Amino acid sequence: MKFRKERLDRGIKARCEDIFALSSYREILYLAFPRVLPVAALLILPLLKDVVGMYWEKVLMITCTIGLLALSWDLMASVGLISLGQALFFGAGAYVTGFLNHSLNLPPILSIPLGTLVGACISTLLLLPVVRLRGVYFAIITLTLPLLLARFIETTKILGGTEGMSGLSPLPNVWIELYVPVFALLICLFGFRRLINEDYGLVLQGIRDNDRAVMSGAINIYWFKAQAVFIAAVAGAFAGAFMTHYNQVVGMAAFAMDYSIVPLTAAVLGGVGSFAGPTIGAFILVPLSELLRAVGTLRVVIYSAILIICVVGLPEGVFHYMRRKYHQFERMVEVG
Amino acid sequence: MENKILLKVDGVSKNFGGVAAIVRVSFELREGELLGVIGPNGSGKTTLVNLLTGFVKPDSGKVIYRGSEITGKAPYKIAELGIVRTFQMVKPFYQLSAFKNLIIPLYSPRVKKLRGGQYGDRDDVAIDLLEDVGFERDSFVPYKIASSLPHGYLKRLELARCLALRPDLLILDELFSGMSMSEVASTLPIIERLNGEGLAIIMVEHRLKELFRIAHRVMALNFGTKIADGTAREVMENDAVKSAYLGSEEEEGEDA
Repeated sequence: MKFRKERLDRGIKARCEDIFALSSYREILYLAFPRVLPVAALLILPLLKDVVGMYWEKVLMITCTIGLLALSWDLMASVGLISLGQALFFGAGAYVTGFLNHSLNLPPILSIPLGTLVGACISTLLLLPVVRLRGVYFAIITLTLPLLLARFIETTKILGGTEGMSGLSPLPNVWIELYVPVFALLICLFGFRRLINEDYGLVLQGIRDNDRAVMSGAINIYWFKAQAVFIAAVAGAFAGAFMTHYNQVVGMAAFAMDYSIVPLTAAVLGGVGSFAGPTIGAFILVPLSELLRAVGTLRVVIYSAILIICVVGLPEGVFHYMRRKYHQFERMVEVG
Repeated sequence: MENKILLKVDGVSKNFGGVAAIVRVSFELREGELLGVIGPNGSGKTTLVNLLTGFVKPDSGKVIYRGSEITGKAPYKIAELGIVRTFQMVKPFYQLSAFKNLIIPLYSPRVKKLRGGQYGDRDDVAIDLLEDVGFERDSFVPYKIASSLPHGYLKRLELARCLALRPDLLILDELFSGMSMSEVASTLPIIERLNGEGLAIIMVEHRLKELFRIAHRVMALNFGTKIADGTAREVMENDAVKSAYLGSEEEEGEDA
């Protein structure tokens, strides 16, 4: 007697996010569980700081900031702008915030939001001339811009030069340190998901799929691209603004390649185009990298090997795989 | 039918790296007119469409629409003025369902203006538009993912995408190419109806029989030059057109 594995999709009734789905508790749970579980986990984790230890709480915080950058990468990718330089947003937000606090003595409650907005404006303006470029040409420019700004600060010695600006005001208390990034991540995650499914988001996706058809639909695609870049820049600049006050120092490291590469890797690992994917990717990559610290120099080798295996084995990304499996069930059936 | 002149093209030329794609083409289009554009492959028909809609900037010459010059304006600005085109190669937004494809033009400032600042429910408007081009309203077809639609439907979806903007001048770039006989037969009345409602149409087409049946006037291009302009019968009997399509007798002799 032979057996064969059979995969079945769950009924469309339970999968669609429409009124039909509310016909029973089981179906509500089925839909809500994958959303509620990570949100609850994120909200509870900071409360457990005495159990988990401050070290891992800090890892959570860094994960959230990388998650923000990965979300900002994914939003730009949804308009067809592939970026290799999220560090631009991070660095711009970080430096403006640092300047506001260091030179104008603004408290964090003002310098973080202002730094986020001004940083996002500056980076959008820098990218504005190149939103017309497509594909790899846009990517190259985004790759060079953070490097260029870092060298500019180094040679002109403005904004503290190579030493940066230190002695910035600390954040008021530990709860703010832990909860602000968590909330920022959740707001961006669910906000972006909502945005992309609105009619506005359809226009953005249309630009990615076929920009000529959108143009001939009497829509100024460059204006929409600029808006998307700005929204993405706000998310990225906030991460930079927050980390500046957390570290109480801002230096050229804010433009480091890490802030470009890790979010990009997180998005690819987690699954592009879903926003949940890049978030999951960040929550795999950053803690993994911390865990591997114990191995010493071999860390990078193991880290890269895991990454290669993941990308080759799951090219669609962790999130898309998990979602597919969640909506299927498997059973063994007799054949022959 | 001596209507006002809607579009005036004055000596437009375009070279692509030394190859003359369009050479000093001039013509006029009156309101409510259906102009057919024919010509052998590579005669510059699509380039002409691209020149009119701003996707390609002309090297010289003028395009005047309703008395104001639109030469070299950005494609979205020209579309906003009401000159809307279909693409020869249909590339819909494949991951979206058919009616969601129409949300994008419906989101434009032009539609907002024409609907008096009131969008209403774009989904409903989109379904209505699809019904206009022959998508059965009560079937699943308008809700299907665009990538699963047959080619004929995609072509009509492309037409609906243009109609969403409520165009004043519709430019159809080989709408019938790749359509089956029955699909052409069901699309032709839609175009006749739109034209009957007063919409000016420029139709670039290879299907001469269908085109000659509905076009008020036909213009023929060859090697980027206008070789004939007149009623369908006049163009059909024009020697230059005949030789462009069939080859002149001397050329035949050389080939043999």
